[in-house]
Amino acid sequence: MSTTEHTARAYTAMGSNLVGCHSCGLVNRCPTVCSRVRCARCHSLLHRRIPRSVSRSWAFLIASIMLYVPANLLPIMHVTSLGQSRSDTILSGAEFLLVSGMWPLALIVFVASILVPLAKMMILTYLLVSVQLHWSSRPLDRTRLYRFTEFVGRWSMVDVFVVTVLVALVHLGAVAEVEAGLGAVFFAGVVILTMLSARTFDPRLIWDNVAPANVKT
Amino acid sequence: MQSVPIHHHDLVACHECDLLQRLPVEHGKARVRCVRCGCVLHHAGRDLIAVPLALGITALILFVVSNTFPLLEFSLSGQRDSTYLLAGIRQLYAQGAPVLASVVLFTTVIAPVLHISLLIYIYLPLLFGRRPPGFVAALHAVQGVLPWSMLEIFLLGVLVATVKLAEQATIVAGPAAWSLGLLVLVLSAAATQVHPQRLWDRVA
Repeated sequence: MSTTEHTARAYTAMGSNLVGCHSCGLVNRCPTVCSRVRCARCHSLLHRRIPRSVSRSWAFLIASIMLYVPANLLPIMHVTSLGQSRSDTILSGAEFLLVSGMWPLALIVFVASILVPLAKMMILTYLLVSVQLHWSSRPLDRTRLYRFTEFVGRWSMVDVFVVTVLVALVHLGAVAEVEAGLGAVFFAGVVILTMLSARTFDPRLIWDNVAPANVKT
Repeated sequence: MQSVPIHHHDLVACHECDLLQRLPVEHGKARVRCVRCGCVLHHAGRDLIAVPLALGITALILFVVSNTFPLLEFSLSGQRDSTYLLAGIRQLYAQGAPVLASVVLFTTVIAPVLHISLLIYIYLPLLFGRRPPGFVAALHAVQGVLPWSMLEIFLLGVLVATVKLAEQATIVAGPAAWSLGLLVLVLSAAATQVHPQRLWDRVA
């Protein structure tokens, strides 16, 4: 041990019968059964952990996986121009950009609409399984995965906005027409449900399975 | 039932891993991170009230501009047309896609408006030393609405759509496109300036 570092016994709030208020941050003393207790400073209800975090998070996740299938199979828009009609799915939209030689945008759309939703659903499944099976390995990496899903999830909405802008721009009647397809609705549903799933997941559950070890300060 | 307060204002429980820690008194760092999981525990804000209020008012002006001026101007084989931020939502609704129209309406209009008005509602009275009614609920709401305000993603959508149409038509960015770009910057700056914990330490 060096002179500038010393190790101290670490405690969690829950292990010390304390709870940090999620609204104002004040650390409150809380009895073992901590229900319907309010914060001394801001009077918000105190929760040691997000209530029923795992089951609610699973519910949103399973619903989003179910919507993911029609979101990718059904067209997100129908384009009619000069009598010709074409339907685009999420995948063919990205492919169209690539074929047109706009690969930087094709990459953005591919990452945001195809890679990110898939990665999010896999990460959330992994996190929920790891918490339910009380895994104790690599809590920091799992916390980073959680932060990644929280941060990146919203960007999948970009395809829904592309359809909206195209619909607004191209309504010159006889010349061209863009119509939103059913796939876009399902896709928006996938994005919203995975966001809700990530927000109801409580990352402190990851650390509850880790013994409060000595922490270098 | 009310809990017993702990009178150590420097004591924090990390909200991502629940580790109890004591904040350093004079740290001089921009942010203090949790020693175990690295989550940000404390921001050293320069001005807790005037900066978020100024950003809120700026955002309000930019939001009005973004919605009253054309977003894109478009010309195709002699026909000219311009489009507004709200036009896409109206068009989606008219096409019989009300669910999609509502999702876009919420994420690009309602959530940003809520975000901006809550900022002004919270910080304007605070500037004059008063706490607005429903202070706790308003602080909660402003944090809750943040992830659903998606103007920056909408702007990326505008870019992708413009590039998709670039071969068939001439598209010029309207005044609303520029103000939308500024609005995105102002709103994301505002999002980093709301620190409920610091406000409580000061207000209580």
